[in-house]
Amino acid sequence: MTWFEKIIPSRIKTERRTRSVPEGLWMKCPTCDSVLYRPEVERNLQVCPKCSHHMRVGARDRLLSFLDPEDVEELGAAVMPEDPLKFRDSKKYRDRLNAAQKATGEGDALIVMAGKLKGEGIVAAAFEFSFLGGSMGSVVGERFVRGVDHCLRHRLPFVCFSASGGARMQEGLLSLLQMAKTSAALAALARERLPFISVLTDPTTGGVSASLAMLGDVNIAEPKALIGFAGPRVIQQTVRETLPEGFQRSEFLLEHGAIDMIVDRRDLRDRIASLLAILMRRSPAAADRPAE
Amino acid sequence: MAMQFLDFEQPIAELEAKIDELKHLGADADINIEEEVSRLEAKSRALTRSIFKSLTPWRVAQIARHPQRPYTLDYIPQLFTEFQELHGDRMYADDSAIVGGIARLDGKPVMVIGQQKGRDTKERVRRNYGMPKPEGYRKALRLMKLAERFQLPLITLIDTPGAYPGVGSEERNQSEAIARNLFEMSSLGVPVISCVIGEGGSGGALAIGVCDRLLMLQYSIYSVISPEGCASILWKSADKRELAAEAMWITADRLRRLRLVDEVIREPLGGAHRDPQATVEMLKAALVQNLSEVDALPVGELLERRHARLRAFGVYGQA
Repeated sequence: MTWFEKIIPSRIKTERRTRSVPEGLWMKCPTCDSVLYRPEVERNLQVCPKCSHHMRVGARDRLLSFLDPEDVEELGAAVMPEDPLKFRDSKKYRDRLNAAQKATGEGDALIVMAGKLKGEGIVAAAFEFSFLGGSMGSVVGERFVRGVDHCLRHRLPFVCFSASGGARMQEGLLSLLQMAKTSAALAALARERLPFISVLTDPTTGGVSASLAMLGDVNIAEPKALIGFAGPRVIQQTVRETLPEGFQRSEFLLEHGAIDMIVDRRDLRDRIASLLAILMRRSPAAADRPAE
Repeated sequence: MAMQFLDFEQPIAELEAKIDELKHLGADADINIEEEVSRLEAKSRALTRSIFKSLTPWRVAQIARHPQRPYTLDYIPQLFTEFQELHGDRMYADDSAIVGGIARLDGKPVMVIGQQKGRDTKERVRRNYGMPKPEGYRKALRLMKLAERFQLPLITLIDTPGAYPGVGSEERNQSEAIARNLFEMSSLGVPVISCVIGEGGSGGALAIGVCDRLLMLQYSIYSVISPEGCASILWKSADKRELAAEAMWITADRLRRLRLVDEVIREPLGGAHRDPQATVEMLKAALVQNLSEVDALPVGELLERRHARLRAFGVYGQA
């Protein structure tokens, strides 16, 4: 990222990015079918202004809208994927990687940034679901741990927005072991009494759910996100009965005690800043959005 | 029990059947057939050796899942003395897909935990085919903490198709149960030696497998997803499991080449089930040897090394 890109507000970058997509200014909400003005949806953090349906957000947009616009520094961006198994199915892993890099403009499925939240230092990471399903391979694990290392060095809290289908099959056991690697890093963070806030977004399943995403000191989910260990299709095939309504959605997890709270995306900055201020024993920060 | 043979072992099976027939005949006929039997037995060994010399990864997976392969509870009484099984997670249930307890290895007190498949249909159902539920992982964690408190080195035997994917598992948060074990094992203040004895199925295996030394029996497998699961996602057909098994590097020897496994324990000719006693002896020797190497370390250094080991997992480039 050039110095100029770093200082321009995320909203401008988002618009520039959107313009390259050959779509019109109007879109339809997939839940309520309302016709929406795209720039307004973007200003609303990809939440439908009519029905509050949370659409998926790219990792970079997510981080830039979450962090204060000043002093953002990307961590571990130079860590890039390799193909240790020379894996190929119908396509080569190399080609899949190249295609994903081209389509998303990202090197791999996790982006980590050091920055500020309401003036206080923080490291935030986000999964890019459109990069091979947000799957966790060696690069995701390494970037995640570098983010945690930065927190340990500078005594900062860590926030991760997960959106992932799980471990990346194309790196075999190396991907599975990233579950242990990231969990071990979070244990180190916990030993130093630095908070980890896990924000589970749609969808978070498999090896990411069964490691870093469930290890938050506070686990937050966005409304109606699909969150689980096994995907609903696998469970359906195993139990051979129809799954209950709302199964594996955020509300189901809250009811079963798996998460602390469900928070609207537009309130995440306020809520996380408040949680961190209390856990880090700091005075409260001013709210972006006054309580209704 | 009669030996069961896998599809690719059919030529061996035919030869063995012929040997059995001859032996039978020898009992009531007075012609001397001993010579013929020993000739055929030598031939059978040679044939087995040649088939097992170059097994494809899928065939290794078949052996890892062989219905007669020794399971955790077959090994425990042979490897340890004074084993006393400890049950339950103290919160919800006792999951018999995971067993654990205190025991002695070569006289030395240890904690042992392993997944347990069932041998016959009734036991398979009771053990849920070796697929633990959250309460199984929470029982394992309870035993790990007990081991830490009483300074018992931990030995885990891995053999599971994976953590159980069901409605109840999700309700009781399978993800958290696995994640918590990874988190806690990374800093458990006792030596941890893990050995994959059969199937190392994904997160369900890793949840008792964060360790100081990872051993694998020669014909065991360890993978991020089952070959069938990988094939149905990437090849859109579970029939391509052989290709998936090949592509994912799931066998002990290949994982050793990636330096993810510390030691591969050789199995008897034809696999562990052909000679369980010989397998036990090799496994026990490896456990004792590896444990003695890490058990000597002060706990601070042990954990420092474990953290460095975990930190180093992964292959990536620097742009």
